[in-house]
Amino acid sequence: MTNSIQELQDAKVIFVIGSDTTEAHPVISYFMKRAVKRGATLIVNDPRKIDLTKWAALHVQHKVGTDIAYINGLINEIFKNGWAREQYLKDCTENPDAIREAVKDYPVEKASEICGVPVETMKKVAKILGEAESASVCYTLGITEHICGTDNVKTLANLQMVLGNIGKYAAGLNPLRGQNNVQGACDMGALPNVFHNYQPVDNPAASEKMAKAWGVPSLPTKPGYKMPTMLRKALDGGTKILYCVGDNTVQTEPNMAHTIKELQALEFFVVCDIFPNLTTPYADVILPDTSWGEEDGTFTNSERRVQRTRRAVNPPGEARSHWWVMQELAKRLGKDLGFTSGNAVWEDMRKTATSYAGITWDRIENIGLQWPCPTLEHPGTAFLHRDGKFTRGKGLFSVTKWIPQAEPPDEEYPIVLSTGRRLWHYHSATQTRNSEGFDNIFGEELLEISPVDALKMDVKTGDLVKATSRRGSIILKAWVTERSAPGVAWCSFHFAESCGNVLTIDRFDTVTETAEYKACAIKIEKIGDGEPLGDGILRQARP
Amino acid sequence: MKVFINGKECEAKQGQTVLQAARDNGVYIPSLCYHPKTGPAGKCRVCVVEVEGMRGLQTSCTVPVKENMKITTNSETVRKAQRLVVDLLLSSGKHDCLACEQNGACELQDAAYMLGIEHPTFSLADTKTDIDDSAEFVYREHAKCIQCGRCIAGCNTTVVNEVLDFGMRGHDTKVICDIDLPMGKSSCVQCGECSQLCPTGSIIDKKTRGKGRHWQFKTVNTTCAYCGVGCQLTLHVDQAANKIVQVTGREVVPNDGMLCVKGRYAYEFPSSENRLKYPMIKKNGEHVRVSWEEALDYTASRIKEIVEKNGPDVFSAFGSGRITNENNYAIQKFTRAVVGTNNVDHCART
Repeated sequence: MTNSIQELQDAKVIFVIGSDTTEAHPVISYFMKRAVKRGATLIVNDPRKIDLTKWAALHVQHKVGTDIAYINGLINEIFKNGWAREQYLKDCTENPDAIREAVKDYPVEKASEICGVPVETMKKVAKILGEAESASVCYTLGITEHICGTDNVKTLANLQMVLGNIGKYAAGLNPLRGQNNVQGACDMGALPNVFHNYQPVDNPAASEKMAKAWGVPSLPTKPGYKMPTMLRKALDGGTKILYCVGDNTVQTEPNMAHTIKELQALEFFVVCDIFPNLTTPYADVILPDTSWGEEDGTFTNSERRVQRTRRAVNPPGEARSHWWVMQELAKRLGKDLGFTSGNAVWEDMRKTATSYAGITWDRIENIGLQWPCPTLEHPGTAFLHRDGKFTRGKGLFSVTKWIPQAEPPDEEYPIVLSTGRRLWHYHSATQTRNSEGFDNIFGEELLEISPVDALKMDVKTGDLVKATSRRGSIILKAWVTERSAPGVAWCSFHFAESCGNVLTIDRFDTVTETAEYKACAIKIEKIGDGEPLGDGILRQARP
Repeated sequence: MKVFINGKECEAKQGQTVLQAARDNGVYIPSLCYHPKTGPAGKCRVCVVEVEGMRGLQTSCTVPVKENMKITTNSETVRKAQRLVVDLLLSSGKHDCLACEQNGACELQDAAYMLGIEHPTFSLADTKTDIDDSAEFVYREHAKCIQCGRCIAGCNTTVVNEVLDFGMRGHDTKVICDIDLPMGKSSCVQCGECSQLCPTGSIIDKKTRGKGRHWQFKTVNTTCAYCGVGCQLTLHVDQAANKIVQVTGREVVPNDGMLCVKGRYAYEFPSSENRLKYPMIKKNGEHVRVSWEEALDYTASRIKEIVEKNGPDVFSAFGSGRITNENNYAIQKFTRAVVGTNNVDHCART
């Protein structure tokens, strides 16, 4: 996030797109709803009628995967009405004319045809954004999990730069990060192209610096493979060893049947985790890791805040911290990594990471600090690119063009399936389903179907249906609900026994290799009448 | 600014209430309906004080401080009024502390203790027990409610889930969910903010019932295990059982004490019997328990053998968005400095 979470409660306009905030980031949704109570205008842009729409001034129900057309249409309208912040464009951005020209291809009328949003609604949204003193854009995986995910993000960045909203309090471009430490995993260099602190591996200076710090003669300078490529290469022998930590690959990657084939093709597969899951059966070696609550360390949250996590209970059996495993394996391969405690690992990292250099465990004993925090006296950074002074110098517009989803619906597979998370469970649900009470509230996956489609298929809530894509099928109960737009169905990937990722498509964004989890084509068949569902389940669909 | 509390000169800030200034200066004024997050309510009237130049007793939670204000919190007049209020509250419900979950963590009990009330002097009102056990995680007992309204303010203005409100009138007034539905059938999403804000034992965490007394638990501050908000929370640990028995939100950034259903209630998984506990190697198609020594030796030798034969790029590692910074850093360092490849990535793409 360019800005901080609590700033949201002071926002004038909040533009939420591709984020089911009340379910996936409930605490952030509290701040959004507080802002509404204080007079902010909330615009929820989502193909689904998510819960947050109840607090929204406007719910824009654009079609799945049409974000670029929709946003470019808004930018076009903003320029047309003179709402663009010309001074900001001149002072703070590099190529404003490029975007001014590019969005001419997306007059609202044309954009409306693609995204299905009425022209009048688009004009209204553009006016709210254009006339607002500032606006905060929040997005999540509904933006990134498309074959055009990178361009989706760039288009939102364009919108915020045209409106002069980057580098301002209670504004900015805010991806709400999905996992407790996905920000930290990136910051720590668990990425194929950069060391920790985003130092490029193919930059000779960075590579030399790290080789010296780590006491090795040299380091590889060719960027590595991204996760989907690693897996794909298992089939042609390019990947022979996969060392997998804290990732239930089978359940969370798209196209489950194919993922299993990839894992089976490996020569040596190590899984380090806290629970047996759908992935562990394929492992040659299973190593038990300590869980949350069992070790000392740090997480970095969505707003770049580094915070302590602590040991509260003793780990079961012989579970160990993973840095210890790395130390022991390295020793056997002839290298001492120098890891003697969690804090020793932190200090080893900190001395070569400028953004993190000022953050010690002592300093964050009570309250976390937000990077960049380059010195021990630095108070941390609440929001980035202050006053439009971008980290890279001037803001750069990237021209984006709308492309259709990888697998559009057709006669055989007429329904678009989108997937995501529910409030009551988390990812492959190993944690929530091993905690008491959660399966009582929501114990099996439901396929959300629009009443329009349900009528055609003669399906009612509670009926058993079979959802089939070109990659597989799952059997689950139907939930007929207006949360789904006509032609769109939705389910989560929480339940091993009826997981959305059996159906999802393994087609990826070309830059990030993020899969198009949010759009694939399926067909739905009714296979049996069912009992109506209990109150608990339907509680989410608030009256 | 300067104020005088019980004759002592104290420092106060502009815009503070008398109650806040007194608390900052270590002077305890019993109060029930006020909470820093929900703000002044002026309802319970337990926090009354005398202010020189103002007529009658003042509710300290609603009166802003002024320069040189002279405040008395411990006169007999004040104590008499406070005693009467607490006495009435104790008489109007079933506030029997012996088996109450909140014994030792109850603001009504604290006030009674401080004011020296052993037994209510009035005959007990006929308050129905009226237990709402319908929800999975939040347990409500109307007879312990003092109608301070903190849960309602929390639900409507803090987390803005807009479920709780007062229903009925007069003696029948009670906290209701939606249109007086049982909580488990209402639109409540079980965030537990009401339980955290309740000053008595009226709204409590159901799973913690009967697990022990508050003072027996060790508390550990940490960061939530679920999404990227990074909520700050306190774990309440039964050390003998080696189990987390309750989670409460810390009132600091980024979450101000607020949590969601997972952060507050999905905490048993570390002590689940299903955990992976020992290293295992697949032998003849079956996973067999081995020592760490054997698992590490075997893993290292396989990595060595395959990488020596095919080069380091046949090795790939997944770090994780679910593990600590330290563990992720360890994985990248191992992959790059020991194996010699940049094939390290994690689930940010999924």
